[in-house]
Amino acid sequence: MSAEEIMIVKGLKKYFKTTRGIVKAVDDVSFSVMKNETFGLVGESGSGKSTVGHVVMGIYGPTAGSITFMGNDISMGVGRRAKELKKRLQIVFQDPASSLNPRRTIGQILELPLRVHRLAPEGKYRERVLEIMDLIELPREFAERYPGEQGGGEKQAVAIGRALATGPTFIVLDEPTSALDVSIQAKIINMLMKFQKEFDLSYLFITHNLSLMRNVAQRVGIMYLGKIVELAGTPEFFSNPLHPYTKMLLSAVPVITPEEEKLKPEKVTSTGEISGALNVPPGCSFHPRCPFVMDVCSKVVPAQIEYKKGHYVACHLYNQA
Amino acid sequence: MAEQLLEVNDLCVNYKVYEGLLRVLNGVSLSVGSKEKVGIIGESGCGKTTTMKAVMRILATNAVVPSGTIAYKSNDLLKLGRQELMRLHRTSMSMIFQDPTAALNPVFKVGEQLKDIVRYSEFTSNAPTKQEVKTKAVELLKSAALPEPERILDSYPFQLSGGMRQRVCIAMSLASAKDLLIADEPGTSLDVTIEDQIMRLLKQIVEDRGLSVILISHSIGAVKGFVTKLYVMYAGTMVEEAPTDELFSNPVHPYTQNLLKAVPKLTGGGVPEGIAGRIPSYLTIGDGCRFASRCRSAKESCHVHAPPAFDIGNGHRVACFHYGDI
Repeated sequence: MSAEEIMIVKGLKKYFKTTRGIVKAVDDVSFSVMKNETFGLVGESGSGKSTVGHVVMGIYGPTAGSITFMGNDISMGVGRRAKELKKRLQIVFQDPASSLNPRRTIGQILELPLRVHRLAPEGKYRERVLEIMDLIELPREFAERYPGEQGGGEKQAVAIGRALATGPTFIVLDEPTSALDVSIQAKIINMLMKFQKEFDLSYLFITHNLSLMRNVAQRVGIMYLGKIVELAGTPEFFSNPLHPYTKMLLSAVPVITPEEEKLKPEKVTSTGEISGALNVPPGCSFHPRCPFVMDVCSKVVPAQIEYKKGHYVACHLYNQA
Repeated sequence: MAEQLLEVNDLCVNYKVYEGLLRVLNGVSLSVGSKEKVGIIGESGCGKTTTMKAVMRILATNAVVPSGTIAYKSNDLLKLGRQELMRLHRTSMSMIFQDPTAALNPVFKVGEQLKDIVRYSEFTSNAPTKQEVKTKAVELLKSAALPEPERILDSYPFQLSGGMRQRVCIAMSLASAKDLLIADEPGTSLDVTIEDQIMRLLKQIVEDRGLSVILISHSIGAVKGFVTKLYVMYAGTMVEEAPTDELFSNPVHPYTQNLLKAVPKLTGGGVPEGIAGRIPSYLTIGDGCRFASRCRSAKESCHVHAPPAFDIGNGHRVACFHYGDI
C-alpha cells in the first residue's frame, strides 16, 4: 500500500453472552483505514456495524482479533488504554440528544475534554471553548445555553466540537446524521469534510445511507450479520457491485434523479428480513434472502476473495473460478 | 377536474402552551381527489403530521383551530359531531403512523387488537361470530403480505420485527380505510430494504383497492415513485404544490430548490450545501413569509407580508413573491 494505514483491524470478533445464547455481533471482520481517508461501513440495523465502531473505541474489548492504531496494538478495553491514546481517538454518536448531558451548558460540555487532558493552562479554558465554538459555527453566547434548547443540527455540532476538542487523529462517526433532516445533514457533513482537510483526520464513517456514503467515503465496506460481505473503493463499489446483498441494498435506495436511476444495478427485489444475530443461518448468512442461492450457500461459509485489485467479496457466486 | 374527496382550505391550527400560543399551521390548503395519490414533504416540525391529525380530528386537547375548513365527502369535518366522526373513522378513513412500536399496544396480542378493529369497522350493525371476525382478521393480515397469519394473531408486538409490526399496522388501517388512507412516514423507522418492501406493498394495496392516499415523508426519494401530486410544507405553510414530475424537474420555491439540492446523490458529486438556520419558533413567528429568515433571495417585504399561493399553470402553485426571479 502506498498510503499509510492508520488503523488496521484484523479478524475482529465480538461475542456477547446472553441468557439465550451467544450473540456473534461481529464475526471475523478485517479492514484498514488510511491516513486522511474516510472509510465507510454500511449495513442494516443489527448488522454489527456500530459494534465495530464501539470496539475500535474500546467501549468494550474484542473477543478475538487485533486492532492496530498508528503501529500500536490497541486491542484492549478503554480502561487499559493510555490517556494519550484516548486523546487521539474520538467518537460522535448518532443521537446528540442523548449523547450530550442535558444538565450541562454547551460551554461546560466542551470544556470537559480539555480539562481531562489538561489541554489549556488554568484560566484559559474558557478561551479555548470559545475558539471551538467559532470552529463549529455556533454563536459564542450559546456557551451559556443548554443542549435541550437547541435544534438537532446545533446539538450534533456540539458533539463534533467535543470530539475535536482533544485534537484527535481518528474519529469514529456512528451515524452522525441519521437523526437529522437532509438540509441539516448536508451542513453537518460539509463541516466534517472541512475538518478532515483542516486537521488531517481519518474517519470511520458508520451509516445505513448509501447515497451519503457515495459522497463522503473513499472506500466502503458492507456488513451483514457481523461479517463484511463486500469491500471496495467507492467508484468501483457503485459502478460494479458484486454481492447480491449489495445489489439489493442499491436497488432499494430511493433516488430522485433519472441519472441515479440509471446507475442502479439490475433490480434485485428486496425480500425477507435480516435474521437475529442469535440464530445466524448456517453457511452464508445471507442465503435465505438471496435470489441466486445455490446448494453450497447453506453449507459453506464463503471465503472473502479479491475479485479485482482492492475489491473484495465474500460470495460463492464469485468463488468458483 | 376529478371529484374531490378531501379539501382542506386555509386551515390554521394553534397550540396553547404555558409560554403562550404556538401558531403552527397558517393557511394550509390541500385537496385530494378520489383514487388520487398525494404526497407531503418537508422537514421535521413543519406541520405535516399536525395537518393530518387535524384531518383525522385527533389533535391534542390544547390545539385550537381558529379558522379554515376541512371538507370530506360533503361533510364539514370540523363541525362533525362525535358520532358522525366515529362513523367516518370506522368506515372511511384511517391512518398509519410512523412508529409501529408505539402504535401497537405492547400488553395485548396482535390478534386482540386487530380483532377489536375488525369488529368495530367491518360489522357495524349485526353482531358477528368469533369465527367471522377471525376470518376477516386473517384475511387482512394476508393482504398485508404477512406469512403465517394465525401465528401472528397469537403474538405480542415485541415478538415481531419492525417490518412485520408495520405490516400489522397496515392491516389494521385497511379494516376501516375504504376511501382514504393517510400514511405518516410509514417506512422511516425501518431499514432501507424493509422500507422498500413496505412502500411496494402499500402502493399495490392502494391501487388494488382504489384508495386515495396521503403519504407524508421527509424522505424525498421515497415519495417520488409513489405519488402523482406533491405538496411541500415549510414551518406550517404550504410553500409549493405541483404534479410530482413537474416539481422535480422545475422546482420554483427557494425552499424546495434547496431541499432537493441537499439530498446526497447516488451518482456522487459531493455533498451539496444545506440550508442554513432552522425553522423559526412558532411562539414568536411573525406575519411575513416563514422561510424569509433562511432565504437568500428574501427582500424586506418578505418579512412583512406572507405571500399568497400564485398559480403558475399545470396545477403548479407556489407561495413566494419572487418565484420568477430565482
